[in-house]
Amino acid sequence: MTGTLQLHTRALSRRNFLITVGGVGISVAFGGLPQDASGASVAPAVEGGYRPNAWLTIAADGTVTIMSPASEMGQGIMTTLPLLIAEDMDADWDKVRVVQAPSDAEKYGNPGFYGVQLTGGSESTRGYYNMLRLVGAQTRKVILASAAAMLNVPVGELTTQPNRVVHARSGRSLDYGEVAAAGALPDPLPQATDADLKPSDQWRYIGYLTVPRVDVPSKVDGTAIFGIDVQLPDMLYGAVLRAPVQGEQPETIDDAEARAVLGITHIVPLSYGVGIIGETVEATKRAKDLLDVTWSTSSRIRSYTSDRLLEAYRSVGRDLAQTGVNAATEGDARTAISKAATVIAVDYMSDHVHHATMEPMNATALVTGDTVEVWAPTQGPTGTQGFAAEVAGTTPDKVKVNTTLLGGGFGRKAEADFIIDAVSLAKAVQGRPVKVIWSREDDVQHGKYRPLEAQHVQVGLDADGNIVGWRHRIVADSIFARTMPQLFESEGGHDSVVTEGAHFNYAVPAHQIEYIRQDNGLDVGFWFAVGVGYTRFGIECVIDEIAAAKGVDPVALRLELLKDQPRARKVIETVAQMAEWDRQRDGRALGVAYSDAFGSHCAEIAEVSVDRETGEIRVHTVWCAVDPGTAIQPRNIEALMITGITNGASHALFEQINIVNGEVQESNFDTYRVIRMSEAPDIQVAVVPTPGSPIGGMGQVGLPPIGPAIANAVARLTGGVRLRHYPFLPERVLEALNA
Amino acid sequence: MTAFTINGRAVDLAAEPDTPLLWVIREHLKLTGTKFGCGIAQCGACTVHVDGEPTRSCITLLQDVAGRKVTTIEGLSPDASHPLQQAWIAEQVPQCGYCQSGQIMQAAALLKSNPNPTRDEIVEHMDGNICRCGTYVRIISAIQRAAREA
Repeated sequence: MTGTLQLHTRALSRRNFLITVGGVGISVAFGGLPQDASGASVAPAVEGGYRPNAWLTIAADGTVTIMSPASEMGQGIMTTLPLLIAEDMDADWDKVRVVQAPSDAEKYGNPGFYGVQLTGGSESTRGYYNMLRLVGAQTRKVILASAAAMLNVPVGELTTQPNRVVHARSGRSLDYGEVAAAGALPDPLPQATDADLKPSDQWRYIGYLTVPRVDVPSKVDGTAIFGIDVQLPDMLYGAVLRAPVQGEQPETIDDAEARAVLGITHIVPLSYGVGIIGETVEATKRAKDLLDVTWSTSSRIRSYTSDRLLEAYRSVGRDLAQTGVNAATEGDARTAISKAATVIAVDYMSDHVHHATMEPMNATALVTGDTVEVWAPTQGPTGTQGFAAEVAGTTPDKVKVNTTLLGGGFGRKAEADFIIDAVSLAKAVQGRPVKVIWSREDDVQHGKYRPLEAQHVQVGLDADGNIVGWRHRIVADSIFARTMPQLFESEGGHDSVVTEGAHFNYAVPAHQIEYIRQDNGLDVGFWFAVGVGYTRFGIECVIDEIAAAKGVDPVALRLELLKDQPRARKVIETVAQMAEWDRQRDGRALGVAYSDAFGSHCAEIAEVSVDRETGEIRVHTVWCAVDPGTAIQPRNIEALMITGITNGASHALFEQINIVNGEVQESNFDTYRVIRMSEAPDIQVAVVPTPGSPIGGMGQVGLPPIGPAIANAVARLTGGVRLRHYPFLPERVLEALNA
Repeated sequence: MTAFTINGRAVDLAAEPDTPLLWVIREHLKLTGTKFGCGIAQCGACTVHVDGEPTRSCITLLQDVAGRKVTTIEGLSPDASHPLQQAWIAEQVPQCGYCQSGQIMQAAALLKSNPNPTRDEIVEHMDGNICRCGTYVRIISAIQRAAREA
């Protein structure tokens, strides 16, 4: 089943107020907070009757309850976004309670990301930042107007301290709770503009190390509620036996033994598998193992064998006669390369990787007639409404989605397959909720893997070793063709998330990026940093290859190519200093890489050693300098870099999904290897903001540089042995060493 | 019926004796702090203590704990006051947080038997617990802090 995102625009009404974001007026809804918001809430429900807008309420005791519109999957967004409102309304952060927003794109959609509730692309803070700060400023003006009426003074004589309105002239003040208890909302509501924003030198929360994350306490005592933890009265459990190969269907189902399992209530044939419903988890698992299903054998995916396809992709990349779509063109790279004194032409490749979120796919649904309620660890509440409605035969407005905490997302939980399972089974029982839990084997073998990908990079150098042209050909299947077909079509068949990161800020006179799609039918999906995860692998390794060809230092070459980019130079210079770049290490070497993806600047240096007998790479220490523009939560930014570096090392060293004749070979953590504590590097992070710069994305920023930093370190350690295929499995390392 | 003690409370359950302890804890007793991660003792998300020993509840059967004492994250302390829980907050360890109950239960068993572990001892003891958000360096710092401050 494919579906597309419904894009929303906010309708203006008298009850709304208008704010202006980037020159575009956005109306923010007034009032109407749901009383029963539940799920991942740090506060279980909204309290208080004073409602300046749809984003918060203030109770008589001064408690400020703020909506968090994005999905919390570990990135700390449930703290970041409410913090922006709290800053400009001058709330006392200790009195703030955060509630997960319900599914309502008109009120809570991301104005910078299609107007929907979809958490991904490191777009949440970038998209909501201006709007939420203005919501905070508008809230403060509403409170001031209410207080001015209560104190019978001109509003211009009032100032605020955290959670308090102060009238200095008379020495009187009102707590926000007192305003909420006795104040009347002004009519009309005051408007807010950029001029109402708190100047950065008066910030109390943005940029401070001392603001802890609101979700952390619940994550150390077992009280945090993830999707899999949902408990509802009369709840049934569901499992789905999925076809061994994507696209196959059950032809015959012998469910006699499965039905006989104590506690099994329903067996539900589905187009893509067989659903089992029962009174306990263990009953559904037992019954699932006892189902005897004959599957169709007609799926085109049966011809999908990943290692064979990757070789074919590589050939496509090198065969310049095969053209795709132009993703970007600056100057005439082809001509420049054809006239170059030297041409570096290399292939970089990456295998499929899986998300393996610690919380396996799961969702709970209740279908009663034409209404649907879903509880799910989803990155996309808006999309969930659409898919659930389609399955239940109703309309999205009849679907309520309760977004729980996510035990990891990485793009996997932007998908709808686990939602479709839950709604399909709940539809079959009607009136009782059904919680569907995937096994880890289901999770690994029915993933939406990052596309298999080969890239061919050609760089022309003049006689002095200067870059004259850069050509980058990316060969892979498309994610958008399946998930956002309209966008894919409107961009002329260019998948901008698959080629993401190929566009860089190095000064080159001619640059061409081509996308050559390979349609082999497998559902491929968004992964941590998506395309940037491999495009920067190719780019950053090639930069080192150029440095080696020229006989110059890789840090110096980057600084030279970025001489007009002060923020880029700052992170590279900082990280070089942290790592003591010029100091020689016995038996170890350093490698550097840099990325400007997601609107932030990040440079990393890895210190590695290689066991030449086994081919095992050891990453000892990683240094990282990151410039996010404005650093809203510096300590959390450090945590996100740690995540990106550790996970990035994991995928560069170990992670690999192999598909043979359509069947996924890996099945659990014993075969899908991810990094463990004993393999994880020590990590030092410096957050070096540039105040006044645009807000950069953060969630995925730490991942792209680590793989190339490792490869570049290995090359420097081994006299130029290049690793050009993710992951750097020991056998591949040995092969490269012995070549 | 299978009788055992969980977090100091005596329970007697009618679930099938070969039901994995994990699902007994999570879905029969509704103690959802203990997590399902892999089902084959590869990730440690389901770690609880059985008679004080760190145990993977996904491969432990209900019948295996008859008459024994089970402790879950909810029973580690009454009010999140265990030094590890406090250290986890101080170091801001959790990201998604899904694996952290198992990490804390695994670490608690270490500190009980070895109050001042070296870094290598920490890593060796914790290596069976996967964190997909890669919070390993902060986990190490938090265990060291708890050892220091306990």
